[in-house]
Amino acid sequence: MSRRRVVVTGLGMLTPLGLDVASSWAGVLAGRSGIASIEHMDVEAFTTRFGGSIKGFDVEQYMPAKEARKFDLFIQYGLAACYQAMQDSGLEVTDDNRARIGVVMGSGIGGLTNIEETCKTLFDKGPRRISPFFVPGSIINMVSGALSMQLGLQGPNYAITTACTTGTHCIGSAARTIMYGDADVMVAGGSEMATCGLGLGGFAASRALSTRNDDPQAASRPWDAGRDGFVLSDGAGAVILEELEHARARGATIYAEVAGFGMSSDAYHITLPPEDGNGAARCMANAVGDAGVALGTIDYVNAHGTSTPAGDVAEVKALKSVFGEHAYQLSVSSTKSMTGHLLGAAGAVEAIFSVLAIRDQVAPPTINLDEPGEGCDLDFVPHQAKEREINAVLSNSFGFGGTNGSLVFTRFKG
Amino acid sequence: MSTIEERVKKIVAEQLGVKLEEVTNSASFIEDLGADSLDTVELVMALEEEFETEIPDEKAEKITTVQEAIDYVNAHAQ
Repeated sequence: MSRRRVVVTGLGMLTPLGLDVASSWAGVLAGRSGIASIEHMDVEAFTTRFGGSIKGFDVEQYMPAKEARKFDLFIQYGLAACYQAMQDSGLEVTDDNRARIGVVMGSGIGGLTNIEETCKTLFDKGPRRISPFFVPGSIINMVSGALSMQLGLQGPNYAITTACTTGTHCIGSAARTIMYGDADVMVAGGSEMATCGLGLGGFAASRALSTRNDDPQAASRPWDAGRDGFVLSDGAGAVILEELEHARARGATIYAEVAGFGMSSDAYHITLPPEDGNGAARCMANAVGDAGVALGTIDYVNAHGTSTPAGDVAEVKALKSVFGEHAYQLSVSSTKSMTGHLLGAAGAVEAIFSVLAIRDQVAPPTINLDEPGEGCDLDFVPHQAKEREINAVLSNSFGFGGTNGSLVFTRFKG
Repeated sequence: MSTIEERVKKIVAEQLGVKLEEVTNSASFIEDLGADSLDTVELVMALEEEFETEIPDEKAEKITTVQEAIDYVNAHAQ
């Protein structure tokens, strides 16, 4: 039996580059950095004092303030991205289809700001002052839960949390949920808002963050010799995945096909990849194998590329071990050079950029790549976006805990 | 200085996200002002905070209207 085909029919996002897909994508193609000094909290005591914040977000565009007040910002961001994607898809939820529409929106950490603030309440005022909305307003699956209630979606409703691989795993798993027949449409992606004291201080303590405080826009510099860690960012990304015949029947705009999904584990270290990137390599090979396409058909790779000294070079080694000589024909870029690292939202946002690379036949750039570091010798599309033929794209995510995910999107040909 | 009634109504409006003029004395939090059970828990906490009093759970359960909240505060606030 051939498996059901799954296509992408709607996109939504909030990133440090813009409050929707169009403005974020325009920023990416222009090679703009969304990174700046953090202004929403006092960062004086922190070793890293910049990040990628969401600016100008008005939650009342999406839901009443009374409803939003109960939810941590990561839930508000996630819901906003889902609403955008639903609107973009033109899909109408009706009594006839609602049981066949589901949602899988994850987050790397969840309501960290809410946890931090409620801890202060607990210690300062005691347990009787903990809000009844603390738990439902913080838990990771509440983007999925709230969306299902607000839109009346009665299909599968769950969340995956795998650190920086979250968004990729959610989209891959959602596609399989449709392929298996459990749903015809899935809203999928991830959201994150971790630039609170615990998040910024915690990632800094694990020595993961860039400390280039004097030049935040140059801090995320994947594969550059001067890279010194990733840049913590906030935001959300959501896609509408749809079974092909379902999409065709309603005349939906089809952005691309979800051709393959692969996963693997490093089984190595809590925060570091193995030097040779063998876990990443197995993951990419699994995704391309699942897509059933030849390695040589992949044109563009939206890399994990976080700008960490160890991770960037391990990913290059993995690409070479999987693709061999074809690695040098690939365009490989890291849009994190512009957005920073959106953790659990990264995979979703980057899946969207991958889909748009196919639509517009253009490879996004890697900015700040002035002098490639040792062992970094692929076509990283430095500084400027590059127009080229793109029929198949690989999007990578690798997370703390040694968890890997890759997606393959292909140009939809009918 | 606002009266207790004014202060209670202001908190109810803020907590439940409704207009002040909707907060009449006879209004029920759940039936008239759109609150759910968790909203009423949070509302009672806000009243405790504002009036520096502690409302035991068994008493809190009986505060279901604006007037009942005003009466409780009048009887117990310091």
